[in-house]
Amino acid sequence: MKPRDLTDLAFRNLRESALRNTLTTLGVAVGVASFVAIISIGVGLQQLASKRLSESGLFDTILVTPKNNFRGMNRPSPEPETGKPPRPLDEDARKEFEKLPNVVEVYPQIRFFTEVRFNNKPYATVVAGMPDSSRNSGAFDGMQGHFFSSTTADEAILQIEFAKELSEQPSSLLGQDLILRYAERQALPSSTTPGDTPANSAESPAGGFSIVPKELHLKIVGIVETEPAAGYAGYGNGRLLMPLEAAGALRAAQVNDLRDIVRDSASNKTSYSSLSVRAKSPSQVQSIEDSIKKMGFRAFSLLDASKSLRIFFTVFDLLVGIFGSLALAIATLGIVNTLVMAILERRREIGVLKALGASDSDVQQLFFVEAGVMGLLGGVLGVVFGWILGRAMTYGTNAYLLRQNLNPIELTAVPWWLALAALAIAVLVSLAAGLYPASRAAKLNPVDALRYE
Amino acid sequence: MPTPAPAIQLDRVSRHYAMGETSVRAVNEVSLSVPESEFLALLGSSGSGKSTLLNLIAGLDRPTSGSIFALGQNIASLSSIELARYRRNTIGMIFQSFNLLPRMTLEENVELPLRLAEIDRSERPARVREALERVRLTHRLGHRPAELSGGEQQRVAIARALVNRPKILLADEPTGNLDSATGEAILTLLRELRSQLGMTIVMVTHERPLAESFADRLATLGDGKLLSTASAKALSQ
Repeated sequence: MKPRDLTDLAFRNLRESALRNTLTTLGVAVGVASFVAIISIGVGLQQLASKRLSESGLFDTILVTPKNNFRGMNRPSPEPETGKPPRPLDEDARKEFEKLPNVVEVYPQIRFFTEVRFNNKPYATVVAGMPDSSRNSGAFDGMQGHFFSSTTADEAILQIEFAKELSEQPSSLLGQDLILRYAERQALPSSTTPGDTPANSAESPAGGFSIVPKELHLKIVGIVETEPAAGYAGYGNGRLLMPLEAAGALRAAQVNDLRDIVRDSASNKTSYSSLSVRAKSPSQVQSIEDSIKKMGFRAFSLLDASKSLRIFFTVFDLLVGIFGSLALAIATLGIVNTLVMAILERRREIGVLKALGASDSDVQQLFFVEAGVMGLLGGVLGVVFGWILGRAMTYGTNAYLLRQNLNPIELTAVPWWLALAALAIAVLVSLAAGLYPASRAAKLNPVDALRYE
Repeated sequence: MPTPAPAIQLDRVSRHYAMGETSVRAVNEVSLSVPESEFLALLGSSGSGKSTLLNLIAGLDRPTSGSIFALGQNIASLSSIELARYRRNTIGMIFQSFNLLPRMTLEENVELPLRLAEIDRSERPARVREALERVRLTHRLGHRPAELSGGEQQRVAIARALVNRPKILLADEPTGNLDSATGEAILTLLRELRSQLGMTIVMVTHERPLAESFADRLATLGDGKLLSTASAKALSQ
């Protein structure tokens, strides 16, 4: 039979037992829907977790420090002594890092404890410099106010917890000024003029520096609920965020400086106590980290943690897939049942078809197409139902989260590959379900079938 | 004058069924020759093997032994795909219970063999109309079989059997579900079609009087064996 006649007859047969076939198709749809909904929660949670993690900058950032950091502190070096003087972490090294493949940016860490005055009251906090690139990292999505207007603006974005300390109504802080009181380093001897060395640089040679108290007025432009400056440099979170360059220009004394004083670097060049190297994605962190280590620096990342996270989600997906497949398996049984019943009911029809010259494969294909059509329709319906189910779950979850004063999340996600995969699985499973009934129908003896009343 | 090659030639055809331990010989060493465009009636009581023999000729069943030649082709040796093609193109079949598909309209029922034979869609309406005109059914074509009388249904079944222009028409008790007047009308129609189209007709029946008045020749079976063959003319004399 020609494909058009085949589908014609198949659709006709499906229409004739409309109720039973609709119920079977709905069975497939429900199976596919639960499959899609369950997987979409897995995908949604994974996207949520990796979004939050990439916002935190924990997994795509490598912290680079020079190898000699601890020598002056009279600690044993963790690296075997090579006799060669260790490489300083200077501007040349920074440029080399920037040239490595998949490196997005390299910036020094600026974080310091200091005092902030607001409404004439003092508050202690941690100031962190934010690179301009963090604007697009997603960490500032949903913030109140706006991101820094320029890389050197005297502006501040407050972390919500700190903003709550300043005012009971954090949003009222937007547009107000606060005073940042900090300790500026001034190198000894005073031959260097402020501003001609890069931010965060430690002055060398180890002549030390004097500390001069300074004040700076900052305009509060934003309040952020995430923790964009969460880091692993041992400072905790930045609670008052400034543009990185503006923060660097302050030449505020940092904890690292104390260490730098006692450092015995022979070089007179500017060097950094640490640099953050950001990779395009966490998957590239390992290779960048290796390259940096080969250059002779110490490099840290939290890649291992992200690895175990990925393992967790792989196992999670697997479990979720198993539960989703159970629903599909039940739908498969529904198709098998419907088609086997159809054979009993249409025995005579099959006999007539054969007497009129239908071959075994004609009959087989007819049943096969019917199963495939039910699978396809069920799959399409199921994807739609699954998506709706996912939206409903997201809606319900968010209603609950809002009542708990938490931010709404995207609980479920139905990416195009999931929709396509669900459709393909529905059709394949239905065809597999049609396999047995179709071959049984094909093998039906026409003489018996015609005798059957 | 050389006799024309028979349309159907049965050569020691047997069909045995296993019934538990025992073997039932439904058809037992039947040899029979049906010349082209003959109207043959297969007679016998129920269980005599006449329907089994018809199914063997129809290619719906395979003989346990022996050979069946239809238009020179040994159908016992055909593959199942070839056998399906043989049923589609060489054989037309009608049944006691008509076996129209109840969900299809008359036209769709008649079109079904054309679908199976992969006849071009554009050709089909004309072929369907032609077949229905031959059985003198030109109205209610969009109706379903249940809305028709038994005689009308059998005429639709004949149209369906004819639509692929077969050389052999096999009829299994075609009048069994019809009153005698309608049954006679159907057999009259079959005779007409035979003379118009030159078909060979083999009809299974247990109604001897009908067979005697419409068939050319009668073959009587009993217990799977061919008991006798006689021309209808000789019998009526």
